[in-house]
Amino acid sequence: MTSESKVKIALAVNGEPTEIAFAPHKTLLEVLREDLGLTGTKHGCELGECGTCTVLLDGTPVLSCLVLGLACAGRTVRTVEGMAQGGKLHPLQDTFADLGAAQCGYCTPAFLLAAEALLAANPKPTREEIKDALAGNLCRCTGYIKIYEAVELAAARMRGEKAEPTTESLYGR
Amino acid sequence: MLRLPFFTYLEPKSLADALRMKADAGPDAMFVAGGTDLYPNMKRRHQEPKTVISLMGIPELRRVESTTLGACLTLSELTARPPDRLTAAVSTAARLVSTPLLRNMGTLGGNLCLDTRCNYYNQTYEWRKSIDFCMKKDGHICWVAPSSPRCWAVSSSDVAPVMVAIGAEYRLLGPQGERVVPAGRFYHNDGINYLTKQPDEILVDVRIPKPNGWDAVYHKLRRRGSFDFPVLGVAVWIQWNRKTVADARIVLGGVASYPQEVPEAGTALRGGALSDESIAAAAEEAYRPSKPMDNTDFDLSWRKQMTRVYVSRALQQLRDRRTTPGLDV
Amino acid sequence: MADKRRVIGKALRKVDAAAKVTGATKFADDLAFPRMLFCKLLRSTQPHARIVSIDTSAAAKLDGVQAVLVGQDLPIPFGILPVSQDEHALCIDKARFIGDPVAAVAALTEEAATAATDLIRVDYEPLKSIASAEEAVEHPEPRIHDYGDRGNFHKLIDLEFGDANAGIAEGDMVREDLFFFEGSTHLPMEQHAAVAMWSPDQKLTLWTSTQTPHYVHRALAKVLELPAARIRVIATPNGGGFGGKSDPFNHEIAVAKLAMITGRPVKITLTREEVFYCHRGRHPTLMWVRTGVKKDGAITGMHFRSLLDGGAYGSYGVASTYYTGALQTVTYHIPCYHFQGARAFTNKAPCGPKRGHGTPQPRFALEVHIDKIAEQLGIDPAELRLKTLVPANSLTANYLRVGSMGLGKCIAKVVEGSGWKQKFRKLPRGRGVGLACSSYISGAGLPIYWNNMPHSGVQLKCDRGGGVTVFCGSTEIGQGSDSILAYIVAEVLGIDPFDIAVVTGDTDLTPVDLGSYSSRVTLMSGNAALQAAERARQILAVHAAKKLEIPVDRLSFAERRVYDAKDPKRGMSFAEAVQSAEAAEGTIGTVGSYTPPMSAGKYRGAGVGPSPAYSYSACVAAVDVDPETGIVRVPTIWIAHDVGRSINSAAVIGQVEGSIYMGLGEALMEEMAYRGNRNVVHKIPSLLEYKSPTTLEMCDVITYLVEDPDPNGPFGAKEVGQGPLLPVMPAVANAVYDAVGVRIDEVPITPEKVLKALRKKQKGEPGRHGPESFPDIPWPEPMRVPTPWEGGDGKAVSPGRPAITAERPH
Ligand SMILES: Cc1cc2nc3c(=O)[nH]c(=O)nc-3n(C[C@H](O)[C@H](O)[C@H](O)COP(=O)(O)OP(=O)(O)OC[C@H]3O[C@@H](n4cnc5c(N)ncnc54)[C@H](O)[C@@H]3O)c2cc1C
Ligand code: SF4
Ligand code: FES
Ligand code: FES
Repeated sequence: MTSESKVKIALAVNGEPTEIAFAPHKTLLEVLREDLGLTGTKHGCELGECGTCTVLLDGTPVLSCLVLGLACAGRTVRTVEGMAQGGKLHPLQDTFADLGAAQCGYCTPAFLLAAEALLAANPKPTREEIKDALAGNLCRCTGYIKIYEAVELAAARMRGEKAEPTTESLYGR
Repeated sequence: MLRLPFFTYLEPKSLADALRMKADAGPDAMFVAGGTDLYPNMKRRHQEPKTVISLMGIPELRRVESTTLGACLTLSELTARPPDRLTAAVSTAARLVSTPLLRNMGTLGGNLCLDTRCNYYNQTYEWRKSIDFCMKKDGHICWVAPSSPRCWAVSSSDVAPVMVAIGAEYRLLGPQGERVVPAGRFYHNDGINYLTKQPDEILVDVRIPKPNGWDAVYHKLRRRGSFDFPVLGVAVWIQWNRKTVADARIVLGGVASYPQEVPEAGTALRGGALSDESIAAAAEEAYRPSKPMDNTDFDLSWRKQMTRVYVSRALQQLRDRRTTPGLDV
Repeated sequence: MADKRRVIGKALRKVDAAAKVTGATKFADDLAFPRMLFCKLLRSTQPHARIVSIDTSAAAKLDGVQAVLVGQDLPIPFGILPVSQDEHALCIDKARFIGDPVAAVAALTEEAATAATDLIRVDYEPLKSIASAEEAVEHPEPRIHDYGDRGNFHKLIDLEFGDANAGIAEGDMVREDLFFFEGSTHLPMEQHAAVAMWSPDQKLTLWTSTQTPHYVHRALAKVLELPAARIRVIATPNGGGFGGKSDPFNHEIAVAKLAMITGRPVKITLTREEVFYCHRGRHPTLMWVRTGVKKDGAITGMHFRSLLDGGAYGSYGVASTYYTGALQTVTYHIPCYHFQGARAFTNKAPCGPKRGHGTPQPRFALEVHIDKIAEQLGIDPAELRLKTLVPANSLTANYLRVGSMGLGKCIAKVVEGSGWKQKFRKLPRGRGVGLACSSYISGAGLPIYWNNMPHSGVQLKCDRGGGVTVFCGSTEIGQGSDSILAYIVAEVLGIDPFDIAVVTGDTDLTPVDLGSYSSRVTLMSGNAALQAAERARQILAVHAAKKLEIPVDRLSFAERRVYDAKDPKRGMSFAEAVQSAEAAEGTIGTVGSYTPPMSAGKYRGAGVGPSPAYSYSACVAAVDVDPETGIVRVPTIWIAHDVGRSINSAAVIGQVEGSIYMGLGEALMEEMAYRGNRNVVHKIPSLLEYKSPTTLEMCDVITYLVEDPDPNGPFGAKEVGQGPLLPVMPAVANAVYDAVGVRIDEVPITPEKVLKALRKKQKGEPGRHGPESFPDIPWPEPMRVPTPWEGGDGKAVSPGRPAITAERPH
């Protein structure tokens, strides 16, 4: 009962076709972290209760701790490792870094991906829409505020606007 | 890391395949849709299928027609539909389920078949061992009501009370063929046998009644604005006849092992306008039989008191909507 | 000088930000090694029981299992405080709470390790369990531990500064109140994890998500009976700590031992449920306070009692208990003060230091108490506070030395910003505002174990290429401590913070820093880094000046250059400066260290409370209360924090916002709840049922930074990581009163409590929900310490009754 034969599937991870063999009861979270070595995807409960394991499955943010690895055959998965391109940070990564939206950084990959999916669907979200879209991700460090600001700033930049952080967010009042 | 136990995973491409696989695998097999209920339960070892049959690859289950909703539509897909009166309450309820991430995975069918919940049950195996388990899984008594012969685990679906209230019909397919069950008869008030559905039956789709002057709303009570299951759900359906209530149904979620209809509350509304008095009377009727047990978040006497408040508020919303111009059914 | 600073005070990126946003940061559970085994702990299913026997034979035979450990394999006790060495890696004769580890398995897979723990048979003989502090007071027997101050009291404290009763009697009014603060937990998003490796040269390496690698190092040496020189502890970046990763833990010792036995790397990652069992969170605390006040609000004396539910082990509890009485005196002037504190053992997960360590509970009590006093006196609560502020540069009744003190400015900021004067007692029913203040230490004056060595050390190495490496034992837990080191060194040496490599939290590589707790890191490791950097600058300056043929004091270090301040073109690159110094003196490296000033108090217990500097905060909370349901929402919080000086203002604001978040959770919904009637089992050890606010509950936060540089802080900096949490709970409670006229003297302020109080009020009873009594406690004789204004010298005049059993490790 301690081992069972592995199964092999093909999927696309961060744009790369990938073949991977793993024990069939493994979740996508475990496959990514343990079989593909992509440890950027984190976990805080493995029960769907925190959002820390968020990845994009065919572009939709899902909880990788509740997706069976086997169910991902032929699908595309995007993790935080796929966000920076050619050594250049994604605009969301840039603003998260600049504003301190990542404190311990443990929840950050999940927030980044959830935010990326939001901006893909809604390039100019209001603060309320951001709160709604991120309501499935817990962060114990930031109080979310720097995260909202980072998403707003990145959104503006991704729309091609020249946007800078507000002085209040960086220096207080 | 909490992990799934070992099991066999199957992905049928048709309903017939699914039924055959279930028949082959026998009682140790379960269907899964989004897995957001089943997989956590398997990780905590309160559901232990040896074979898991995914319904997500069956195109028939993902169909939407005007008043028919396929069981495997995700909750996000339900709420993304353009809002219409017909499904407004359904999509309100769906939008209030857990989190956006979970709604991208969880399905309508899974929501309607959701396992009942209890603070003594939705715990890991190790935790349950320290209370020597309970009747619902691995044990003998009910810790919520130790002298009770039955389990009081709570119906915690947000969408189910709405389906019962509006009188939706569920289409089931099993080895014996197809049958259509009114939502109200799909559920049992028993924490262990909470569905009238046979384990080998598949919920195919749900039919919403045709528009003929009815309206419905759903109100949910919980600690936080996301993640949390309802500790009280109030679904109210009204059949209007001009300004008077021709018929009404009030269904409570989160207070019993099934979505609990309170017929007296409906009766209190019938035949009159939605006046402050009739609203208060209906709220009082709904309050009386509402009997939450001490097995969810919040203390039970407060939850019971909230029935009155939430039923009133739901009815007020229906009244406001009725009197808001341009929003006629 | 300030405007010339290039790094300090700027909102720069943190040095580890890029790694964190790309997922590159390696947390403990991200580590994997060839041949690595997985460890699982079997935990007690009994709250209090004698362990009659453990049979591990079936587990040991299971396929894939490599080793099994029980208590006898690790018989030496440990614990964070020298006076409470009461933990074992695995229970030996007794289990003290549900979740107490009793056995450990290492296997090829986590699945196999889990299956093996299922096969271990433990025969328990149940003992009566103690579910609350009150029960512990009532039931001295059976004792949970065979040490402590008597019965099930772990610690009893009685300290009196001046004649408090006489002082209170001088008041025009005397007010007495009771409060209860429910326990809560840190809930870091990262579950604790550790990996141990035993190398063929008989050295042990442990990577672990700890805030205190130095203390883990000491505990491992003790329990494993290895020379400390053979142990290397590496603190991996913590995915949140908040105090919950500050103790040496069972699982760290278990994997270390398993690695030694098997000769293979062994990893453990706790499940979320197990994180609740590690706990060390906020002590549930019952409090009673009596204060005398003059008509104008001046306090004439105060008597404060606290009863803490400590859970099953000592942890930091002795210090926590002192902390419930220590900082009352640093905000409002209290001329005489009597503090009595008790900590009880109970059969629950051990409590310890959570953000604010022991001070949020009394702060809640004090700030609500003051609000009630102000109401009774008819004085605006902001005015009353402003009138009674402790002066800067003063000594308190209990001998705490207050340096810079910006609370007055903080109050003014939030009063102005929130529109307090237009809102307080003037908003429509259901809406309200409340004010509260607080203070917190910037590091403790004394180390955890008695020694004369520095609290923080830094080594600095300058490379010929112009890069600098800073080595420090401090631990990055998300608060930005690695960045602080880089910023400070960069400022002094005039280089870019990103030219600096920061190596931290590694007992082989870095000089000791006591750890990331008590808000000590910026001040202490910052001062150590400052000293090391200044020393390096001196060395470089001597040789640069020689080469440039100008006096040393004319040199500037900026923009990666060393140059003549009078003629900036005349100079050299920083790298060249290093090269010329290295040519003259050999390798360029310096050290710096920091030891806090001696505390003024000399009485027993005076070690808790003194700090090099106190931060101050003032907070106004706005609330909406639904009178039909009792549901409280907090739309906005205005907070002003006296941080002395921001090293990085964006990071400071981040800490403020994070503190408000955690405070809001404690104010409204977080509780570490147990089923007392059912085996004292944790009611809700899950992220779903332990309610941490989501984006939809989090309020808007308007932050004001008050910069009143403190001479003891690096560049004047004081703490910010914990202080701003403290005023949130009382501000919300006071706002609820403003909104609907009921007092909720208990945290969390749940809708049930609000509605109960509203119903009582409707019936004409007092509109209050909270504790009704404080149990009789066999307090020891008070230790009397004359106050500074009575001519005291910080020593006790009566030593107090010695504790029944001395605080001796068993
Ligand atoms: C953290 C968390 C919070 C949650 N909060 C809420 C909440 O607020 N409100 C709420 O209502 N739910 C909540 N849920 C429960 C659940 O996620 C949702 O109800 C979801 O819709 C279930 O759908 P699913 O497809 O994932 O179900 P699955 O897990 O796939 O299935 C659930 C059950 O239904 C059966 N089943 C599924 N589809 C069919 C079908 N077509 N025919 C026959 N049987 C079927 C399965 O065999 C299984 O027994 C929460 C879950 C989690 C983990
Ligand atoms: S209601 Fe009773 S039997 Fe049912 S799950 Fe809860 S404790 Fe168990
Ligand atoms: S790990 Fe918490 S939701 Fe997946
Ligand atoms: S940054 Fe630490 S949990 Fe979000």
